[in-house]
Amino acid sequence: MQTPVQVKTVVNENAVKARQSAPKMEMRNLSVYYGKFRALAEINLTVQANKITAIIGPSGCGKSTLLRSFNRMNDLTPSARVDGEIFLDGENINSNSADIVDVRRRVGMVFQRPNPFPKSIYDNVAYGPRLYGVKRKSDLDGIVEKSLRQAALWDEVKDKLHQSGLSISGGQQQRLCIARALAVEPEVILMDEPASALDPISTLRIEELMHDIVSDYTIIIVTHNMQQAARVSDYTAMMMIDENRSGRMIEFDQTQRIFTNPKDKRTEDYVTGRFG
Amino acid sequence: MLRKTFETEIKQVKDEVLVLGSMVEQAILDSVEALKKRDMKASEKILQADRDINKKRFGIENQLMILIATQQPMAHDLRLLASIMEIISELERMGDYAKGIANINIRMGDAPLLKPLIDVPRMAQKGADMLHRSLTAFVNEDIETARKIPMEDDEVDALYNQVYRELMTFIIQDPTTIERANWLLWVAHNLERFADRVTNICERTVFIVTGELTEISDTSSEFWKQQKS
Amino acid sequence: MRNFSAYSARRKSWRKFVNICMLTFSGIATGIVVAPLLWILGYVFSQGWPAINLQFFTELPTPVGVPGGGIANALVGSLMTVGLGLLIAAPIGILAGLYAAAHPESILGLIVRFGTDVISGVPSIVMGIFAYTIIVLPQKHFSAFSGGVVLAFIMLPIIVRTTEEMLKLVPATLREASVALGAAEWKTAFSVILPTAFNGVLTGLMLAIARAAGEAAPMLFTAFGNPFMNMDFNQPAATLPHMIFVYAISPYDDWHAKAWATALVLIVLVLVLNILARLFTWWRARNLGNVS
Repeated sequence: MQTPVQVKTVVNENAVKARQSAPKMEMRNLSVYYGKFRALAEINLTVQANKITAIIGPSGCGKSTLLRSFNRMNDLTPSARVDGEIFLDGENINSNSADIVDVRRRVGMVFQRPNPFPKSIYDNVAYGPRLYGVKRKSDLDGIVEKSLRQAALWDEVKDKLHQSGLSISGGQQQRLCIARALAVEPEVILMDEPASALDPISTLRIEELMHDIVSDYTIIIVTHNMQQAARVSDYTAMMMIDENRSGRMIEFDQTQRIFTNPKDKRTEDYVTGRFG
Repeated sequence: MLRKTFETEIKQVKDEVLVLGSMVEQAILDSVEALKKRDMKASEKILQADRDINKKRFGIENQLMILIATQQPMAHDLRLLASIMEIISELERMGDYAKGIANINIRMGDAPLLKPLIDVPRMAQKGADMLHRSLTAFVNEDIETARKIPMEDDEVDALYNQVYRELMTFIIQDPTTIERANWLLWVAHNLERFADRVTNICERTVFIVTGELTEISDTSSEFWKQQKS
Repeated sequence: MRNFSAYSARRKSWRKFVNICMLTFSGIATGIVVAPLLWILGYVFSQGWPAINLQFFTELPTPVGVPGGGIANALVGSLMTVGLGLLIAAPIGILAGLYAAAHPESILGLIVRFGTDVISGVPSIVMGIFAYTIIVLPQKHFSAFSGGVVLAFIMLPIIVRTTEEMLKLVPATLREASVALGAAEWKTAFSVILPTAFNGVLTGLMLAIARAAGEAAPMLFTAFGNPFMNMDFNQPAATLPHMIFVYAISPYDDWHAKAWATALVLIVLVLVLNILARLFTWWRARNLGNVS
């Protein structure tokens, strides 16, 4: 006979754990303008440390714009203006006094299409550390290996580190890009539809990788693949455009709630594929 | 391996099912034990245990909903999760049989047992054992065992027939015993149903592995055939 | 209801006929384009080849009637003027192209683009007169230096425009990836964007060299020509196209043959340079991958 096991309530253990984690980044009243057009309106969002936060919503709702606000990539668009506060560990990074290079080191980014530099695999990963003054070969070797291992790519490329970063498969290239981002030891990693150009297996690999590294990082991912958001994330932010075509966040909650019992009718319509 | 997280979560749910199973198993054994000893306090505990069982069942159901919503299971995974949904509802009902027996014990009040319990504890023992092994087969996806266990239901049915006849004899001899006999008959009936439901769990195990949803054997009809003859 | 399959069966033979006609026309058009090219090359080769020998490359020109003689001075002079021109134009052109590509909407970017368009539209002989006015006249003598400067002006728009076009082909996400790692704009430009577009930029340089090496008109006003070997940038220098001009307008058959031979040398030099550049970029692309 089996010994009786102590009864305990496990209904929402994950939810309880989630509530205990600390905020890593926060947006307060964030609006982004392209010229006079307000692309994002009044976003308030808290990103928990060591969690995966997904941003979902229909095309053109400003998901990527929101993501690019986290590391001030919108600065690259001359007509863009970002209003509001963006906090990284309590410090407002959307101010003139913020050190933008430091912000971008601490908040790394992975893009939609794999975009390794036309350099060797080694030089791709070493690019960031070199920017920050790492010169000793032994140091660089260590960083390259560690980053590639974290990105679950080391075993596949360790014998061809000096081949072109473009010579490997698309899925491997994307993991190389993740390794490149990890090499500067960021605290937050932004992912802009990181698997949209990949096949299903490579996609699952990237997702698994995200799970593997999230204990050391905070991940924010934009995806138009709802299933992906459901699979990988702990929290989900649902965005939609309002009557002025400005992107707004209409719901933010634990991912399991968004996908089993969303509060907003529009979220429900979107996640059930009845949008429109 | 790909989808490690999903695998881990599936394993967790399976573990939870085992926990629920052992709670039900313990409840059915305890309920009969309490009746045998006419221990009302023990029966009160069974009622509490049943509330825990129900809570646990909802907990697992919630977990399953989240898994299905977030992980989009396919093929074997889908059959597994859908079957677990079914199995936990079976387990909950089986827990209700234990609760029923506990309630009978409480309602009997001071009235002594009509006769010392011999076959009824054996039925409980057999049912609990079948449940235990059916869940082991479920976890290991052992369809050979899963297909065999329902055959053992005949044993429980035989015991039930035995109890039934015995109690009928009591009633015929002394109609004043009808109520007490009826109580015990209900206990036996609960145990018989309990064992029947093990069959459903085994059917689900076969379904998980083969994808075929078939009834292994319709043992419950055996009883009625025998009654008619 | 329409019967599309019957319809398409009827049209099938007509489609085939049209297809054959179009193919034929394209073939003829291609022939019309290629034929003159081959003709010119063949003619230059047949006319020039007999006069070519080792001395032709190592000796100086000889007076009329004296046998032998070569174009050593013009080879050196062309090398000096084109080299100097490239040295001036390449860095400026690449930097300007970089700027125009990175900030296409900015005022300065527009000025660069407009300016290069204007310069490339100016006839080379006007360039020559210009250089003559600002360099040769104040210095009071012709020089290889002034030749180099004028060639730089001719190369500049080609280098700027090809560089800009090639840099525009570099995916924006590469730039973003670098910036997102915290790299400054200039660092991104030099360590990611330029190397990525390297092949295209090199092609632009080759085009510019080919164009400059063939310029005769501005040389009349600047390098002027020199029958002797000269390695001094302050002295007049002979150049290949100028040499062709001098030989060709002379009334002597011997010199005419030398004009053809010089033309052949010029064409082959440019061709070899291009082939070497192609080989290099191919080798580089095979090792690192490239966008252009």
